[in-house]
This record gives sequence, structure tokens and C-alpha cells, in this order.
Amino acid sequence: MKTGKTLFDKVWDAHVVVERGSEPSLLYVDLHLVHEVTSPQAFEGLRLAGRKVRRPDLTFATVDHNIPTTADERFHIKDQIAAQQIATLRRNCETADIPLFDVGSGRQGIVHVIGPELGLTQPGMTVVCGDSHTSTHGAFGALAFGIGTSEIEHVLATQCVAQHKPRSMRVVVSGSLPQGTCAKDLALEIIRQIGTDGGTGYVLEYAGEAVRYLGMEQRMTLCNMSIECGARAGMIAPDETTFAYLKGRPYAPAPDAWDKAVASWRSLATDSDATFDNEIALDGSRLEPIVTWGTNPSMSVPVTARIPKPESARTASERAAMQAALDYMGLRPETAIEDIRIDRVFIGSCTNGRLEDLRSAAKVLRGYKIDSAVAALVVPGSEAVKRAAEAEELDRIFTEAGAQWREPGCSMCLGMNPDILAPKQRCASTSNRNFEGRQGREGRTHLVSPALAAASAVAGHFVDVRGWQYKEA
Amino acid sequence: MQPFVTHRGAVAVLDRENIDTDQIIPKQHLKRIERTGFGEFVFSDWRYFPDGSPRPDFVLNQEHGRRASVLVAGKNFGCGSSREHAAWALMGFGFRAVIAPSFADIFRNNAGNNGLLVIELPEERVQILAQRGREQPGYELEIDLEHQTIIDDLGLRISFAIDESRRHRLLQGLDEIGLTLMHDGDITKFEQGSFRPTPNLFPA
Repeated sequence: MKTGKTLFDKVWDAHVVVERGSEPSLLYVDLHLVHEVTSPQAFEGLRLAGRKVRRPDLTFATVDHNIPTTADERFHIKDQIAAQQIATLRRNCETADIPLFDVGSGRQGIVHVIGPELGLTQPGMTVVCGDSHTSTHGAFGALAFGIGTSEIEHVLATQCVAQHKPRSMRVVVSGSLPQGTCAKDLALEIIRQIGTDGGTGYVLEYAGEAVRYLGMEQRMTLCNMSIECGARAGMIAPDETTFAYLKGRPYAPAPDAWDKAVASWRSLATDSDATFDNEIALDGSRLEPIVTWGTNPSMSVPVTARIPKPESARTASERAAMQAALDYMGLRPETAIEDIRIDRVFIGSCTNGRLEDLRSAAKVLRGYKIDSAVAALVVPGSEAVKRAAEAEELDRIFTEAGAQWREPGCSMCLGMNPDILAPKQRCASTSNRNFEGRQGREGRTHLVSPALAAASAVAGHFVDVRGWQYKEA
Repeated sequence: MQPFVTHRGAVAVLDRENIDTDQIIPKQHLKRIERTGFGEFVFSDWRYFPDGSPRPDFVLNQEHGRRASVLVAGKNFGCGSSREHAAWALMGFGFRAVIAPSFADIFRNNAGNNGLLVIELPEERVQILAQRGREQPGYELEIDLEHQTIIDDLGLRISFAIDESRRHRLLQGLDEIGLTLMHDGDITKFEQGSFRPTPNLFPA
């Protein structure tokens, strides 16, 4: 019996170069994104083996992970090892003839922000990058996943990845998301329900009414966090929202090829008789703003809730993990989330560093001052996002509220550049990981949405942004 | 790639679940442009005090742990960041194998591509190894990839399953790129085919 195909099946099947029985299939890569931190050893490996970059025309690079976010330092990096890493990328790109969106080019930014905004990421493509948040690009109906450095070298040399086909899981979200919640809360809620390894071995497809309603930037936030439940990738079928976003972008299909491209993209949606290996359903209309309290993204509760007691854990190891997380975070069970005071706020990253995210934070901050005990950093995801935000004078709202408006990069999401937390500082962060030390040794990260981060910056503690009194311009 | 056939070595136990790659190799050590030199930084935030002195209570700082080459850990080992530096750091320290109830996908690939054997065992088996590792002085395991067995000196014998293609590559120390380039003709044929997902990237 012939059954229908999923979106994932269609993209996978269209890219299989060769199937090799029990060996992993060779999958062709349409777009390979490269950054400074995970690529130097791959280029070095190629050189040592006397191999060449097969398709420099399908490879694009930028600097994002360790680039400083202050205007003067990004051109004069003080950290000599970071500077060497960036210089190495520049040299490698020049030698291999790979386009580099460098600092000051107008197109530099976080790799998962610039791929979509330049129109490089398109429906039906396979996209890889040496970064786990490559899952972001799945928002366009692309099959996009993170790879390690050996695999980067493999893609550079062969334009293929060797992969066993993952299983498929559909995540159906019904209803529409309530006011004061967004894709970030939805992503955190899904991870809370299925756990940090609930998606391991799977490619997710997000579907349902609530997902259809999301704009492209929200979809990117949702797919971005797929890796935080262990999924290989997250995908959303392309639709009118997708096509409208892509039209006219620099690398999008030219006008004479547009209709043909759209017609082929339309055929990617999962067939009605297709089946998934697993399926979960959520009621999006019951979503609440989520705040993480622990040291992995599944340790979270609604903002109105209290920190759970370790005794509530189902297993001894989970109880130990909860206790260790509370000790690290300097928190007590049963504390109300809204009673937790914060020292820092970070708005940015490949999860929430796009224009819509900045608009949502600015809308909250308009006419308010950030609490005097809180230092807030706003880092646009790309040079293009920064220009667009400044054209709308969002930067003025941020600076008048008392936040710092910075230059684009990954910044305090992982603190490879000078933007880090001091020991024991507590941060409301719009990034994706609250692992121990992620934002700085002994730093305490709480993952939240941009609006909730902004409201908490004003209050000095976490607040339920659903009750926010917005001030008009 | 360094082949893996058999290995006998001291066991270190890290009794935690969800050990992420940020813990295995914290970001402040990711700026090197070589594959080597990461061993001294493996688990550095757990292993050293902020002033750089070793924490005596951390397993890799104890006499037995310092020479460990087999790591036993909790489920979902290697989750989070794709950084292959995690595999390099573990191998740089001297680890040849990691045993856990489950592994994150990207870490599993990264380990395999570097000759670091990851062995997935049922939770209760891992518990037995962890308990012996904690309680038996000088506890060692012998891993035979050819026969897919783990034995210790106390009579324990465990079989493990592993993806056949991975096993083959590890036993022979095969280079994945070399294997793929045997299909160079297929790749070229694919590139010349009618599939054009991205008009601007594949100009007609």
C-alpha cells in the first residue's frame, strides 16, 4: 500500500545521492553556513588531506560567536585568541573563494539570522552548519541541522552529509496563542512536556492552527529550540506567510523564477495520508508565559507558579538533578517565580534577536525606566536587524529605558565574547540555554520571552507580562 | 581516524544525567584553531576552582580518575551545543569510550568521527558499572568492539549493540570523507540532475 509522504520525507528523498544499505545515506547539502568557532579545524583537515572545497558557491560564512558587541572593539578585538580565530576564517574564505559576510559589510550577523534574512534559506532545501541551532532554518520547510567539525570538513569536501534517516514526530498545536505569550513560551512548554531528550533521534514537524498563525520570525524561534528537546531538526510546512517573507530578498529566486519556485514549494506540505513515527498534541490557547528555574531548558514553570520541590520528582536521579540545579541557581523550592529578583537582562541571540523580538521588547519598555539594580543588554541579531530597528527608533526606546544598545553577534547567549555574567549574577535571558556556566562561570540564567525579559527589567524581578500596562508613544 | 578494536582502562563515574557539551568543554576554551590541546580543559568548571586549582572532590582529580579512559555517565550525555571540541577534550584527556543509557545525536556523530567509542546500555546495566566504578578500588573495564562485549575482573560480562556502519568504521579507523569520495560520480550526477530547489543557488 502506498502511503503519503511527510514534509520531512519529501525533502529527505529529494536529496538522497546514494543509499548504501546499512551504511548511512549520502544526503546532498544545498546550503552550508560557516562561522569562526567550529570551522578552522575543518579547513585545516582539508588542507592536510590535499582536498578542496567542492562547492564554495553553496557555502556562506559570517563571524558571530566571539565577535565583541561594542562599536570600537568589534574592529579591534582585544582577545588575541578570538582575533586569531576570526582572522583564520577570513583567510580560509579567501583561499577557498567562499563569500564572507564580514563585520561592517552590512550583512554580518548571527548565522541563523542572516541565512533567512538574505533569502539564502529556502523551502525544500537541506541546510547544515556547525552549530546546533541550525534547526532554526526549518521554519521555512527546509531540513536543517547542526553538525560537528568533522562533518563540516566532510561537507566542504563532498557537499554531502552521511546520515541515517531520523524518525519523524509531529507536534500539533491547536488554538491560537493568548496575548502575552509567544513562540518562545510555546517552545519552552514543548520542552517541558517531552524533556531535554524527548526529541532525540527525531525530526519534528510543527503543525496545527497555532503554528499556521505564527509569523516567520516566531516560527524561527520555535524551530530554533527544537535542539533543546534533542531533536535533529524542526520543520514547518511553507505557506503564504513563508512566500511573502522570502519574496524580494537578495538570494531569493528572481522574479522570472519566482512562480515556478513557489509552485514547487507548495508541493512540500505533508500529505493528508502520511504517517509519523510519533505525534504529540498541545492546546495552544492554554499557553502561559514560561520561565526556566533550573539548569536545562526543560526545568521551567509558568511565570505565575512556584519553583517545584525536588520531592515531586518521579525518580531518584531526577530528584538529584533538581536539587543540584536549585543549588547552582541559588533558589529554594516553593519560591514564587515573580518574587525572584534579577541582576541582568539579555535580549538577543539566534532565538530572539530578530526585529519582531526587539519590537515586542520595545513595546513593553516604551515610557518606562529599567530598575536601577538591573543592567540590560540589547543585541540585534544582525547588521540588517540593527538598521531596521534603528529606522523604527527602537534603539531610542531601549536606551531611554536605560538599556545598552549593542552591535550584532551571539553575545551573552554563550559569552564567548566579553559579554558575560559575573559569578552568581541572575539573568533574564531571551537565549536558548540555561546550562551551568553558559553565560559566564557561576552565572544564573533564566530563559524567557523578549516581552517578559523587558517587563522584568523594569520591575527588577520576573513579572507576568500579560498584565502589563503598555504606554503609547 | 584512530581505530578502536579493544581497550582496557580505568573507569571514572560521573553520576549525572544530561551532561551537556557546555560542561564537557566550557566556551572559554573554544577559541583554539587546532584539534589538540583541549584535554586539560575537559569539565574545567567542575574540575577546577575559579583560581585554577583542582577540586579534590572531582573524580578526574582523584588518583584513579586521573588515569581513567572509560567514562560512565547518566542519560542524554553530550546534549546541547554541536561543538566537536567536546569529543576532542574527552580524547585529549585520555578517554577512549563513554558508556551511558543514551547520547545526544550530534555528540554521538562527533565521537564516532574521532574514534571515541560511545556505548549505549540499559539504565540498570549502567548502574551496575557505575556502582562498581565508585566502590571497587582501581576498577577497570575491558571493551572488545569486535565481539561487542564489556568485561571486568569480577566476572561481569555485558554485550552491547552498536550501529554496524559505525562499528566497521571504528574497527578499521576509516575516514568518512574517503568513503564518500568513492561516490564522487554519484554526487556529480546528482548535481547535474533536474532537481533545482533553489534557482539562484543553482543557476540554470
